[in-house]
Amino acid sequence: MSYVLIIGAKSDIAQAIAKKYAENGYNLYLAARQIKELELFAKDLAIRSNQTIQCLELDILDTASHPVFYTALPEKPEGVITAVGYLGAQDLAQTDFTEAQKIIDTNYTGVVSLLNLIANDFEQRQYGFIVGISSVAGDRGRKSNYIYGSAKAALSAYLSGLRNRLYSSGVHVLTVKPGFVATKMTAGMDLPAKLTAQPEAVANDIYNAQQKKKNVLYTKGLWRWIMLIIKHIPEGLFKKMSI
Amino acid sequence: MSLTSWGNYPLIENEAYPFTTEKDLKALIDQHKDLIPYGNGRSYGDSALSTHIIQVKPHNLFLNFNETTGQLHVQAGVLLSEILEVFVPRGWFLKVTPGTKLITVGGAIASDVHGKNHHNAGCFSECVEFFNLMLPNGDIVNCSHTENTELFRATCGGMGLTGVILDASISLKRIYSKNIKQTTIKTRNLKETFAAFERYQREPYSVAWIDCLAKGKGIGRCLLMVGDFSKDGNHSYQPKRKLTIPFTFPSFVLNNLTVKLFNWLYYGKVFKKISRQTVDIDTFFYPLDAIGHWNRIYGKNGFTQYQIILPKETSYEGLEAILSTISNSGKGSFLAVLKLYGKANNNYLSFPIEGYSLALDFKIEDGLFELLDQLDQLVIKYCGRIYLAKDVRVSKTVFDQGYPQADTFRALRQKYQMHKKFNSLQSTRIGL
Repeated sequence: MSYVLIIGAKSDIAQAIAKKYAENGYNLYLAARQIKELELFAKDLAIRSNQTIQCLELDILDTASHPVFYTALPEKPEGVITAVGYLGAQDLAQTDFTEAQKIIDTNYTGVVSLLNLIANDFEQRQYGFIVGISSVAGDRGRKSNYIYGSAKAALSAYLSGLRNRLYSSGVHVLTVKPGFVATKMTAGMDLPAKLTAQPEAVANDIYNAQQKKKNVLYTKGLWRWIMLIIKHIPEGLFKKMSI
Repeated sequence: MSLTSWGNYPLIENEAYPFTTEKDLKALIDQHKDLIPYGNGRSYGDSALSTHIIQVKPHNLFLNFNETTGQLHVQAGVLLSEILEVFVPRGWFLKVTPGTKLITVGGAIASDVHGKNHHNAGCFSECVEFFNLMLPNGDIVNCSHTENTELFRATCGGMGLTGVILDASISLKRIYSKNIKQTTIKTRNLKETFAAFERYQREPYSVAWIDCLAKGKGIGRCLLMVGDFSKDGNHSYQPKRKLTIPFTFPSFVLNNLTVKLFNWLYYGKVFKKISRQTVDIDTFFYPLDAIGHWNRIYGKNGFTQYQIILPKETSYEGLEAILSTISNSGKGSFLAVLKLYGKANNNYLSFPIEGYSLALDFKIEDGLFELLDQLDQLVIKYCGRIYLAKDVRVSKTVFDQGYPQADTFRALRQKYQMHKKFNSLQSTRIGL
């Protein structure tokens, strides 16, 4: 049975996705930094699903290591899902470029480095799928998180272009734009319950959208309409708002 | 929201602390006292109730499985139902399972549960290869039939009073089908029931439903169900959940008349003296799990299960006396279960001894505890004991007379200072 490569596998969304794909008969490569913390999770999932689950050490910021990482995979995956994300601290990122760069490189540069390699391989062999987890924050820059938002906007644009390029090769690209999700990353934030998804629901949506070859997925679905409105607020008004 | 037990009685205020890592658990134990571990809340009485509760269920990873030997290593919060969902399709089953699969592995060890095959497979502890236990001082000890045997014997059946079970390795058994070939034997009185148990004791699984409202010559009439796994190679296990009781029934719904009606229908629906059926795992082992929240039918005052066991020599006379007393009291129980058990193990507080066990559900109402006190006296007279996993009201005197190793258990608790950290309402009541 074929493999799916999940990048950034320590996040709650990634782990829910891993469960969903393993339940549906996929073997998994789980890539993350410091995979020791991931091994218990992987073993548990392997026993429950009776699939092969391999943990692989990967630093998304260490772009020089990416070609070696991908070449070394014993069997190339059918699909790849990137759940890499770093929210960072907006305040700090405004004054300290190191933080801004970390946000940009984690959410964008590193992902591009890895997906370029994978896209080339998939294009050549003419099958596969790529799922990129971006964010609704990338749909419009807001003062509260525009450094993170701009990196995700770049990622959304990249995925859109990639989808366009790979269409003729039979490789499908799905852009995922989650709204609020109850995870470690958002723990402690006061999120509105009606707009907040559980990681398992997000994973379900992603699996279904990928299987049905959807292009852009908002999850929860309500976010598609919220963002539509937010995107259409005139700039003259938007700049005065606090949302 | 405070946690409750399966019987919904008593209701007490408590704080619950979930944990996933050993480090978090150690911090919890350091910080609090009067702690008691709590699994999936299926103990009937007050054995897992205290003002401070350690919730073990989130500690629920599968750690290892050996395909060759069937040894499964899991964290203590894993439910038996999770094990079945994963392993029945692969041809494995629990060596020992109680009548519900909705309990944790930690809970199964702490109550040293048993099932329909006790007469040949013993208690849950028989299939435990080892477990890791966190003591009051935070030390983690590996306990097995050969290592730290004193702690092993105290913890299996020790009602969570020796510390927190972190993880356990248990052995599964091979099965060649998810189906069970069942034979149902209908008897007319206690004498026939006993004879049937003896006659069918080579069947791996057996249990009897008994009509405890029958009077006079009909006392002890039952439907005895025996069976074994089929070998038809069908492993397509789909756990089912058909029905849920959506709210707590008013207390008056269950009364002498409705119970009588149920018993009459249940006993009456079987016409033949001996009949054969093929049923699946859930129907045979876990009939009540098909009804979610079935405890709600007993109303908001809650209910209790009275389960006792008498040695084989005194069983006939003793059960006759107990069943007559219940029948005369008119207090209904529509889940009365009788079973012949095999040899006792040497754990300090494990319930089973060789003999007949009777289990009855009663809703909590005026006069019930007086009746149960009366039954206790018969249990003592016939040298029996009560089951702590079900109990909510037994006295220290009655408990002590049934469990000759209670003082050994108490001494061990003192030795490891367990009594200063781990206590339940039950342990306080019976001075454990």
